[in-house]
Amino acid sequence: MLTKRIIACMDVRDGHVVKGVQFQQLRHAGDPAELAARYNVEGIDEVVILDITATLESRRALAETIHAVAHRIFLPLTVGGGIRSEDDAAAAVDAGADKVSLNTAALKNPGLITTLARRYGSQAVIVAIDAKRRGDGFAVYVRSGTADAARDAVEWAREAESQGAGEILLTSMDRDGTLSGFDCEMTAAVADAVNIPVIASGGAGTVEHFCEVFTRGHADAGLAASIFHSGSVGVAELKHYLREKAIPVRL
Amino acid sequence: MIALIDYGAGNLTSVRKALTALGADYATPASPGDLRRFSALIVPGVGNFAATAALVGPWRDEIAAAVRAGTPLFGICLGMQWLFEGSDEAPDVPGLGVLSGRVTRLQGDAEERLKIPHVGWNGLAFRSRAAAGDHTALPSRLLSGLNTGAHVYFTHSYAAPVTDACVAATTHAETFAAVVERANVFGVQFHPEKSSDAGLQIIRNFLEVSGGLPAVASRAEAGC
Repeated sequence: MLTKRIIACMDVRDGHVVKGVQFQQLRHAGDPAELAARYNVEGIDEVVILDITATLESRRALAETIHAVAHRIFLPLTVGGGIRSEDDAAAAVDAGADKVSLNTAALKNPGLITTLARRYGSQAVIVAIDAKRRGDGFAVYVRSGTADAARDAVEWAREAESQGAGEILLTSMDRDGTLSGFDCEMTAAVADAVNIPVIASGGAGTVEHFCEVFTRGHADAGLAASIFHSGSVGVAELKHYLREKAIPVRL
Repeated sequence: MIALIDYGAGNLTSVRKALTALGADYATPASPGDLRRFSALIVPGVGNFAATAALVGPWRDEIAAAVRAGTPLFGICLGMQWLFEGSDEAPDVPGLGVLSGRVTRLQGDAEERLKIPHVGWNGLAFRSRAAAGDHTALPSRLLSGLNTGAHVYFTHSYAAPVTDACVAATTHAETFAAVVERANVFGVQFHPEKSSDAGLQIIRNFLEVSGGLPAVASRAEAGC
């Protein structure tokens, strides 16, 4: 049986892991390669590197960081942040990424999803959606959460799938960094609308939050950053808890 | 020396990384004629079966000749699918055909939320000779040191059927071949280079079979 995946995200700026609250107030949280190696030992299923300032500062994800992480772990590695073209994606893949995550660029040019899916396969193309609740819907934001994209998350996820995306990485901006739990309603709304895996992100604070997002939220994978960095929730502890709750995990 | 065959289907960075970490002696042959210099072959690959069209012709002929001569061959993901007769993903492109059967598209199960592509960690079910009343696992050199139920990382939409060559199967709505092994032909549908310790063990097992580990490392292993 396919297990639910636990994914550690490292928001990286200038080669260091940083973590903010609701996309603001960044603080340092360590060296990416060291952290990734620790997660591998603890039993993490995947690692994501997001170069969080890349889009704003027009920088590409740092190849050195990708390379350093890729040489420490034998796990799927996703890289996002500042991937605006086929060349940017190729640079990330050449540095050791197995998948690339598109956000702002995919909304600007959905054809980029298709181009990359043809070149690397859909399994290598993740579309990241940052969204906030608004009325009955979920408003999509771009440029690291600073610009309203005037799109709804469910509708955009469907289009991303039709363009060739292999997975959706859905982040709740309302919950990001709050440790108050995933937005299960938003996650379920997107997961029920597409036939590709959905990775839930934003708000994980306890082991119970993961259980909720895998059951009520219909998520295929749960992603977190700060709780794994700080060790307030251990990966092994989380997986044992989920197994007790009859949620399939890799132990 | 192991030949890592690069035919342009996906990125070989992670396979190279794993081989290097395990201390394997390997190189990427520039032309099919070079294959005779190698003691074992690895055919990796990610993506569409159509990409294996690059192997049709001299590469396929030389690889087939090497297999007939007893050279160990290890197909990974698309490389394993290529060991079969062909794939519905690209019906006009022939596989190597050293294993019988055709690769078909996984169907998934929308009601059970079993999505395609099949992406993530899934378990290996070691196969036994249950039909003959023997429930011990089939002998497998590739799976040495692993236990049934071990989790490995998959990402694919097509899969090979469970045949006599299958030593471990995986189920995602339907059951398909996850590990194949027949004489000197080996293959895995998943990505051992992304499957953490279990995956590295499988690659190490192939290196042992093929003599691709440096002599010092082999002696150290034997001494344990």
